[in-house]
Amino acid sequence: MSTVTHDHDTAHHGEHHHHAPSGLKRWLYTTNHKDIGTLYLLFALTMFFIGGAMAMVIRAELFQPGLQLVQADFFNQMTTVHGLIMVFGAVMPAFTGLANWLIPMMIGAPDMALPRMNNWSFWILPFAFAILLASLFMEGGGPGFGWTFYAPLSTKYSGDSTALFVFSVHIMGISSIMGAINVIVTIFNLRAPGMTWMKMPLFVWTWLITAFLLIAVMPVLAGTVTMVLTDKYFGTSFFDAAGGGDPVLFQHIFWFFGHPEVYIMILPAFGIVSSIVPTFARKPLFGYASMVYATSSIALLSFLVWAHHMFTTGMPVFAELFFMYCTMLIAVPTGVKVFNWVATMWKGAMTFEVPMMFALAFIVLFTIGGFSGLMLAITPADFQYHDTYFVVAHFHYVLVTGAIFSIIAAAYYWLPKWTGHMYDETLGQWHFWCSLISVNMLFFPMHFVGLAGMPRRIPDYALQFADFNAFISIGGFAFGLSQLLFVWVLVKCIKGGEKATDQVWEGAEGLEWTLSSPPPYHSFTTPPEVK
Amino acid sequence: MAKTSRYRCSLLSLLFVEMASAAEMPLNMTQGVTDISQRVYDLHMTIFYICCAIGLVVFGAMFWAILHHRKAKGVQPAQFHESTRVEILWTAIPVFILIIMAIPATKTLIAMEDTTDAEVTVLVTGSQWKWHYKYLDYPVEFYSLLATPQKQISNKIAKGENYLLEVDRPLVIPTGKKVRFLTTSDDVIHSWWVPAFAVKKDANPGFINESWAKVNEPGIYRGQCAELCGKDHGFMPVVVVAKEPAEFDAWIKEQADIQAKAKAAEQELLAMNMSMDEAMALGEKTYLGYCAACHQAGGGGLPGAFPALKGSKMATTAEGKAAHIDIVLNGKAGTAMQAFGKQLTLQEIAAVITYERNAWDNNTGDLIQAAEIHAAKTGKKE
Repeated sequence: MSTVTHDHDTAHHGEHHHHAPSGLKRWLYTTNHKDIGTLYLLFALTMFFIGGAMAMVIRAELFQPGLQLVQADFFNQMTTVHGLIMVFGAVMPAFTGLANWLIPMMIGAPDMALPRMNNWSFWILPFAFAILLASLFMEGGGPGFGWTFYAPLSTKYSGDSTALFVFSVHIMGISSIMGAINVIVTIFNLRAPGMTWMKMPLFVWTWLITAFLLIAVMPVLAGTVTMVLTDKYFGTSFFDAAGGGDPVLFQHIFWFFGHPEVYIMILPAFGIVSSIVPTFARKPLFGYASMVYATSSIALLSFLVWAHHMFTTGMPVFAELFFMYCTMLIAVPTGVKVFNWVATMWKGAMTFEVPMMFALAFIVLFTIGGFSGLMLAITPADFQYHDTYFVVAHFHYVLVTGAIFSIIAAAYYWLPKWTGHMYDETLGQWHFWCSLISVNMLFFPMHFVGLAGMPRRIPDYALQFADFNAFISIGGFAFGLSQLLFVWVLVKCIKGGEKATDQVWEGAEGLEWTLSSPPPYHSFTTPPEVK
Repeated sequence: MAKTSRYRCSLLSLLFVEMASAAEMPLNMTQGVTDISQRVYDLHMTIFYICCAIGLVVFGAMFWAILHHRKAKGVQPAQFHESTRVEILWTAIPVFILIIMAIPATKTLIAMEDTTDAEVTVLVTGSQWKWHYKYLDYPVEFYSLLATPQKQISNKIAKGENYLLEVDRPLVIPTGKKVRFLTTSDDVIHSWWVPAFAVKKDANPGFINESWAKVNEPGIYRGQCAELCGKDHGFMPVVVVAKEPAEFDAWIKEQADIQAKAKAAEQELLAMNMSMDEAMALGEKTYLGYCAACHQAGGGGLPGAFPALKGSKMATTAEGKAAHIDIVLNGKAGTAMQAFGKQLTLQEIAAVITYERNAWDNNTGDLIQAAEIHAAKTGKKE
């Protein structure tokens, strides 16, 4: 039997190129940046639907007051695992997938600099999430302390699934750090001759800065979860006042990771939008240099604002003022970016294909998320907003209509390059409009519910909130269903469709558009000359 | 046909009639009943209007461009792509706007954090999943539990007007006086929030936080725990009743008397014995109020999180009895099991242990009296 299989394999080897084993092995052993990029993107899409299914459970339970479908502790597990999966399983791997696909093609390199590490950093991810999801089936259920896992709820008062949670976060962290190292090494060493720092596409710039943020803060997260583990199982008291520790210390360490993490999830989005808007406005990006400086300032400031998540923990007035001022300051470079995008559109010759539509929606809706962020920065008002649905609305505006809309825009924008086929424009427009309307039905009323006083992370609520929650849930189901259209578009485009040209879009500029569609297996075997 | 139209009607009512009744929910932050809450509201509105103005300008420019600078109109794209002057301008203007915002925010914050010269001080202690209030100036303290019946939550009976926002014993404070709240916790982090006072302060175990309110109008003010604190985080409301100072004084005096009498009565009760029926009735009431959230009404617990009492060795064997009394009195370190010795009366503890040893087919026949609990409690101390 084994001989037969062996023969079969050898036969196939002959047919394929020397570098590619067939079938499953091709994907398991691959060191190619495009294959790994595809794996990351498909993984992220899968996680997006799993995390989304949990959001549907949450919205179904909140459709009416009272406990109908699930019990309170399972509800908490759903909010927790939904958050973890969307942050670490959907948004971050999707951006890493885009980096893998695009960075070598954008800087004129044949592949990523560290291809074997690239393989490993992807293939440990499915295990991390298998462990996390498996913990839901343990006796006592999965983690239910929120994705922020505040001690001592996650230490003294949590179930034994905490150990699995810690282990899976460790693996996710290792994967992210390796991915970040790979991006940095690739950008530093493999740029084509003439591609100076200030000629790099903004997607490359934003990812470079993101990669440094990742290397700076993922070890902090690893430290936090390790302290949770030792507090729970090995008798330490980092976060227990009875042993000389401090539960608020947990929050300082967590948010020192957590706030830069927020920018890790949005800086690459800025890079994507900065690629798409000039293409469809047929006009160069306005203020390239100021975009680079703004991104860097946001990254630096992100280390100075963590305690704005903790205004109610009882900090000294001086600290509250410091973190309020620093947080408000972030509005300046972020504003510069938005102004630059609008200036890029100004006096352009715009067309409105699906990637542009998602990018435009990103600019408006992300800015709305920025406005609510600015309101949240004002400490006295934050005392009222904190831990209510106003915050839920805020971070879903920046993460769903921000990060995820940018990822979808990127998929539509580069899909013809990746597959060699144009996607179905009509279906894509349907996907856009359904998503746009439903996502606003879903998240906009949350602002009002929060201002009216509904706390977040509760499975049941007072009767005054009932009508709004029913409406929000309908928006949620509609948004979930709309994403099935996206899968349809993707499948259709991968299978076939109108042949894409090399440049794909009339206004597209950059090295990736000089390659064939789909591009050769090793992007640039001889480096192109950049003028 | 009739069926369809009725169906259509109910759909319509879902969309419109229900929306009309939503008028009950305020669409904006409350202005509250303190000077501070009014200032916070004003601050919130100021920033909101500034954001709206910025949004109008930015989105206005963007939509103008979308309408006019489109390829379909046959325009030729301009090629300008930088202007240092413009970049400096749109960096400087936001900085200026932010400074304008920061000034009132700073003033309000400093006023909010000034907890000096309080006339009444209340120690607020959170625990899974209830609040404890202790007046530091009067011999009065009590627990405040959710009063909404379990049957309303599980949709067996109609929900009341203040569903999930009602407690058995609200905190009572005087109007017109500066009341200071010291916040702490017995277990995980909770957050004590009364929107009408603009007070939201985390209750951190092992640490004490300060906040204050000077309420202008008498009334009943409702809030909730705002920090995820485990399973029943959504079921630990905060209710504060503000009374005129004279009424408050009368109330607090009455409470002090009641509590002093209860303490004296407890000593007398030691000599008295409950019948099995009395013990089971009081035990069931106490169990549902304090124990059922974790161990469940049927005593089955939640596997992996909270142990079952039904059929457990501790609650069904003679050898387990002393340990049973000990764990209820003193809790179990490192778990969610609290020390109920300081939360419940001796009689309640005796009754609840009796209940746990006889309900759900545990049938030990044990009848425990207050004196036995008293002995266990004092024997431990001496």
